[in-house]
Amino acid sequence: MRKFLFLAVFALASAVTYAGGYRVSVQGQRALAMGHTGVAVVNSAELGFFNPSGLVYLENKLTISAGASAIFSDVAWQNQETGDIARTDNPVGTPFYINASYKLRDWVSVGLSVYTPYGSTVEWEQDWPGSHLVNNIELQAIYVQPLVSVKVTDFLSLGGGPIFVTGAVNFNRNLTRTLTDEEGNRSNVTVDASGVNEWGWSASAMFVASDDLKFGVNYRSEIMMNAEGGSADFENIPNSPMTPFRDTTFDASLPLPAELTVGASYQFDDKWLFAFDFNRTFWEVYRSLDLDFADPNIPDSKNPRNYKDSNTWRFGAQYTATDKLVLRAGYYYDESPVQEGYFAPETPRNDSMGFTGGLSLDVTSKLAIDASFAYIRFDEVDATYSPDPQEFPEYQGAPFGGTYKSVAFIPGLGVTYKL
Amino acid sequence: MKNYIKYIGILALGMVACEPEFENPVDANDAYTSGEADFSNFVAIGNSITSGYADNALYISAQEASYPNIMAQQFAKVGGGDFTQPLMADNYGGFLIAGEQRANTRLVLAFDNEGNPMPKNLNETPTTEITNVLSGPFNNMGVPGMKSFHLFAEGYGNAANLEAGTANPYFVRFASAPNATILGDAVAQNPTFFSLWIGKNDILSFATSGGTGIAQTGNLDASSYDSDDITDSQLFAGVYSQVVDALIAAGAEEGVVNAVPDVTVAPFFTRVPYAPLDPTNPEFGPMIPTLNASFAGLNQIISAVRNTQEFDAEGNKIADTEFTIEFDPAGASPLVIKDESLTDISAQIKGALMQAGYPEAVAEQYGQQYGQVRQATPGDRVLLTSASAISEIDMEVLAAWMAVGLSQEEAGQLSVRGITLPMADRYVLTTDEVEILNTARTQFNTAIQGIAQSKGLAYVDVNEIIQELASGGIPYDEGTLTAEFATGGAFSLDGIHLTPRASALLANRMIDAINETYGATVPKVNISNYGTITVSNNVAQ
Repeated sequence: MRKFLFLAVFALASAVTYAGGYRVSVQGQRALAMGHTGVAVVNSAELGFFNPSGLVYLENKLTISAGASAIFSDVAWQNQETGDIARTDNPVGTPFYINASYKLRDWVSVGLSVYTPYGSTVEWEQDWPGSHLVNNIELQAIYVQPLVSVKVTDFLSLGGGPIFVTGAVNFNRNLTRTLTDEEGNRSNVTVDASGVNEWGWSASAMFVASDDLKFGVNYRSEIMMNAEGGSADFENIPNSPMTPFRDTTFDASLPLPAELTVGASYQFDDKWLFAFDFNRTFWEVYRSLDLDFADPNIPDSKNPRNYKDSNTWRFGAQYTATDKLVLRAGYYYDESPVQEGYFAPETPRNDSMGFTGGLSLDVTSKLAIDASFAYIRFDEVDATYSPDPQEFPEYQGAPFGGTYKSVAFIPGLGVTYKL
Repeated sequence: MKNYIKYIGILALGMVACEPEFENPVDANDAYTSGEADFSNFVAIGNSITSGYADNALYISAQEASYPNIMAQQFAKVGGGDFTQPLMADNYGGFLIAGEQRANTRLVLAFDNEGNPMPKNLNETPTTEITNVLSGPFNNMGVPGMKSFHLFAEGYGNAANLEAGTANPYFVRFASAPNATILGDAVAQNPTFFSLWIGKNDILSFATSGGTGIAQTGNLDASSYDSDDITDSQLFAGVYSQVVDALIAAGAEEGVVNAVPDVTVAPFFTRVPYAPLDPTNPEFGPMIPTLNASFAGLNQIISAVRNTQEFDAEGNKIADTEFTIEFDPAGASPLVIKDESLTDISAQIKGALMQAGYPEAVAEQYGQQYGQVRQATPGDRVLLTSASAISEIDMEVLAAWMAVGLSQEEAGQLSVRGITLPMADRYVLTTDEVEILNTARTQFNTAIQGIAQSKGLAYVDVNEIIQELASGGIPYDEGTLTAEFATGGAFSLDGIHLTPRASALLANRMIDAINETYGATVPKVNISNYGTITVSNNVAQ
């Protein structure tokens, strides 16, 4: 247990990073090694995230899967016309998961999962050319979910449970491209909200077509994080009635969108298992990030996002090399929810491809080490943030654009414990 | 198990070093080219705008936005070296000489309780001590207030000459030696590239003083000039040629030179309209019938006298109404001004009034006050500095009227500036004076352009930029930059010097000219990342 504690503390002390949007798909080393497939793979307690209904098919009385990843991700921006270049200096993100499953009867299992499917940390250099959009942002959400999995018939199981989310956000940007105090320091605002708690749910089903072929479907509900009474800290504001920015509180809502996954797995022979997942993330709900400041003198901040629903196609394979060693590999294609003209440097994500690999090593008959590695490849992209004035008449600001290039490497380590 | 952990640790280290890389990174050596130019040691010569002077002061954040500093940042992308500037000690502006404050802090835009804006001095005490001499050299050799011939003036940076007025406090701060010259200090740096923008101050002080000086046409002895005079264009051309030769001899074979712009389109000369007297003003409107009745008598005399005297250049008699005073009860009326180019008819006025039975002393006073009176016309430029004087009572004139026997009330009525008391010469740049300015400016620019052409230098017609700003403005991604005072974004709160945004615009235009002349591809800046004016109520009340 000491190991688990260490992982959890490590994770909480750091920030969570990287996403299509701010979705972070690293909820299990075994699944991630296979392209983050898992809605139809009965493998470990990682099912608590991927498909809770499958927990009942786990053979052991108690199965625990826990782990954490280190996300090394950075973004560079440049503008050919001006010759400006800027790079993020993101801290290492450490999303984590703890899944436990306990078999009560042959037909029913219960479980508990803790995971971090959403988060983002982006740190640009203070006052960089896009600082009026973001200097830095840190977004965290921890999901805690009790689960139940019930075998309805031999070939069908259902599962799910309520989700408790606790989240925090810290966001700093300059007020405009030029406003300064009398000393020439850029005027900026930091909004901070933590301990934002909300509820959601997930429900899933697994269909066992034959010993070799399984189908799964999982739906996780949208959770609207309503930050009320967060703090807004205005810095370097000139002393003028024209700039009435005084420290105040704010209300804002940030959606953690719903996600639907369907997929299949096929046990080809004793050695080979293939899996396919399709995710649809319902990002369309993220239309605009609006900050409503309590001080009536301060105009509300409208930040159009205009996301669209996005899909991810995932493919994975598993090869049982020896009775102690399992090797895995995978690939996925992740569509960005960001639409043309809404590419904000706060979540600078274009379409990406993930290449993953990993292994599990049985240390004892009860304990296995799970390792994974993912390399996320982004194309260089020319993009701008210039919200359509017809759709977002309240947004005032000039376009901001340039060329973006992102990279991400994600090594991860976990354990699976069976009793 | 241990081996696996070690392996993953090494993997992680490798990934920390991995950065996103562009196919064509703009910070690569060959991303942009310098063409035939060599920007490794860039020296800028000029006056206030070159130094970064704005809001009637020199202060750090404005210096950082000086056009040469902006250009140097872009030159750094094509092999340009460090660019040093003699930064002031603070962001307040103003300075001290031997501990005594000798220049005001910068202007900021303050708002009163009704929301009315008014430029005021920042309420701080300057900390820049002029006699603390900085050790250079400095790439930015811009010296506020410097005229062309001062480039050669020994002692112009000598603190001992400050009291006599032959030294410039800004140059005293960074002259390499008390008797060093600006040009000498520039040349000693062995520049490889230069920018040169001089000549504006050779006409500007004449303009800002309302034309109190004279055009020194034909006088090549600069030591005999008064500070508000216009430099002789021959002298200017000679100076200019020598400066360029000296820079080229020092190794700067490439450079960019700027023409002298028409300063009279700046807000300092356009903010106050020629006809500012508003009949809806409760302190002025109700007085109009009385004023017109009072001026009727004087108008008869003026008409009678001017009728025989005033002709235009073609010899046609100028209509009498150009010289008579009348206020419009239905619309804005022009300011009443004193035009020193008019024949002085004070003696005739005095005589006519004495005939009408006025005491001699009173008639004398009338003659003095109205001997060169007329109402302003659209060609006249009423200076920004006159705004606070218009409609105010001139206490000296009031005293003079009382001395000849008028009651305080009567004397007060005859002492209202711009209405009953003609605005003095220093408040107005008349049409004739604008002509004098433009003549000199055109001659200067002919010299500058000729020298630029013969030496193969990049030439920037700054006047074109200023005219664009004054007529419709220059659009950019966040709006339009115009010459409108305070709100237009191009001119700082002194109405003459540029904002950082306009400096960035100028830097871009200069880079355009450099790229074209030398086949370079120096990138330009986004001007909307540069600010304009500072709003603040940290002002003395």
